[in-house]
Amino acid sequence: MDKKRGSMQKKLAKNRTLLLMLVPAIIFVVMFSYLPMAGIVLAFKNYRYADGILGSPWTGLDNFKFLFVSSKVWSLTRNTLLYNIAFIIFGMIFEVGFAVVLSELTNKIFKKFAQGFMFLPYFISWVVVATIMLNIFGDHGVLNSVLTSAGLPKYNVYSHTSTWPVVMVLVRLWKQTGYGTVIYLAAIAGISQDLYEAAGMDGANVWQKIRYITLPSLKPTIMIMMLLAMGNMFRGDFGMFYQIVGSNQLLLKSSDILDTYIYRLLLTTPDVGMTAAAGLYQSVLCFVTIVTANWIVKKIAPDYTLF
Amino acid sequence: METKKVKKGKDQIAFGIIGYLLVTIFALACIIPFYLIVVGSFTAESTIVTKGYSFIIAAKDFSTAAYQMAFKSPQTILGAYGITIFVTVVGTVLSIFITSMTGYVLARNDFPWKNGFSFFFFFTTLFNGGLVPYYLLCTKYLGFTNRLYSLILPGMFSVWNVIIAKSFMKGIPFEMVEAAKIDGAGDFYIYYKVILPMAKPLIATLTLFVALAYWNDWYNCMLFMSTGDQWNLQYTLQNILNSSEALKRIAVLTGMQVGQLPSEGLKLAMTVIATGPIVLLYPFLQKYFVKGLTLGAVKG
Repeated sequence: MDKKRGSMQKKLAKNRTLLLMLVPAIIFVVMFSYLPMAGIVLAFKNYRYADGILGSPWTGLDNFKFLFVSSKVWSLTRNTLLYNIAFIIFGMIFEVGFAVVLSELTNKIFKKFAQGFMFLPYFISWVVVATIMLNIFGDHGVLNSVLTSAGLPKYNVYSHTSTWPVVMVLVRLWKQTGYGTVIYLAAIAGISQDLYEAAGMDGANVWQKIRYITLPSLKPTIMIMMLLAMGNMFRGDFGMFYQIVGSNQLLLKSSDILDTYIYRLLLTTPDVGMTAAAGLYQSVLCFVTIVTANWIVKKIAPDYTLF
Repeated sequence: METKKVKKGKDQIAFGIIGYLLVTIFALACIIPFYLIVVGSFTAESTIVTKGYSFIIAAKDFSTAAYQMAFKSPQTILGAYGITIFVTVVGTVLSIFITSMTGYVLARNDFPWKNGFSFFFFFTTLFNGGLVPYYLLCTKYLGFTNRLYSLILPGMFSVWNVIIAKSFMKGIPFEMVEAAKIDGAGDFYIYYKVILPMAKPLIATLTLFVALAYWNDWYNCMLFMSTGDQWNLQYTLQNILNSSEALKRIAVLTGMQVGQLPSEGLKLAMTVIATGPIVLLYPFLQKYFVKGLTLGAVKG
């Protein structure tokens, strides 16, 4: 026992500096992640500002009962999930598609400029995206100017609830495709040129080379990107939805997601307990999906797991 | 052989036509909105209201009124710029220091608790307490409201960046550390003098991504800053967009009525002012971003 303690002390002394170097990071995760995790108790309490987190009385599962009965959590969950699925599927098609096409094109200068243009939207904030959308789709927007000058009636994107999800997906593709393309292009660059040469000798055409060499070689990268995306299936892109949908009541019907709803609850209701319950509900959903996704990948392709 | 070659050319020509066409369309779709914003910001307010924005401005519709207005009382914009630049610089420097230091410790093979701490950090990416406890903690217990550090601290530490740093530093031969140790160097000295200089590509890309995140941040400002003179660029822009507080502030400062402001053009002019630095720097930095992405993607 003494010997063990002695060796522990020795170990601590030996790694004193390294441990000290971890202190800032530890403070950060404790402060911004672990302490808020302890704040989960709020979901089971009737929070009163004056009593603080610890002093407020326990209410068991009342907050959750109230949340599921009174609010539209189910439709919000559905919105969040469906939007994310659409983003993942269409994003994957566009990113892989453009990476494959770009890798086959031969004009270097064209490629450089095209890639530069495609990557640019990734660098701007959603606030700026919101201005750009107003500039194009707004009342005075370019779209309506063009329609008017062509003698056609005006079209207001923001008031057509049925086509709005399409707009969201398009905006998403506009902003993210360049980013994903870079990742897949890097993966394509890693494919051995010998494969293509051998296929060329056998008389394979471009389509066949893509079908039988490029796409199968991209599988690992696609799997990892999918896994990462699936783990966040229940976490919506707050910035995107908050800035683009904003408080447009018409659009909120189909485009309110858990994240924006929880934020609005935080601002508008005094019922902190219920808002915390909504947040915990989302966190648990996220946790379960990512662990499940990782478990499935571990079963079918253990090399590509996240943890 | 001859016919085969011609045949091979055909599918390549077909692919080339389709490929160049698709890429051109998408690339133009990506860049044209930026052009439209600039055009719109130089269009006279009266033209915007009567005819709307367009692709090109006629000479008679050209106006710099929106920019004149934006800089007539420069407090709003310069103040927001000052806050954004200060937060970006300070936040990025501190963030890179902490991230690389943490990555270094976790990458040290001889650090006995490296797996335990790695999990301790990684777990926070899997589960979190949600917005409410976080918000209450920050505002009620940490005093974040209307403090400049509330724009700096939340974005300073990212576990994903630590993972990238750790995997990069694992690629540095461990013999380097051992040799320095034999020479009597301390652990911090090894990090600072041996590892950091070898991790320049890592530092460069992390710097770009962290700085970009700080520059584009409006979320923390929205959560914690209630008074307009502490708003950063993006949040000021957001408020001008929703034409509430920020427009009123500009109206008060310039002594005009809100209705008299060239508000449509001002929105776009502010967008140009807030995004300009990124778009201007972008051609020079793009290749480092691309390198950084692949650095993280291949190993992460």
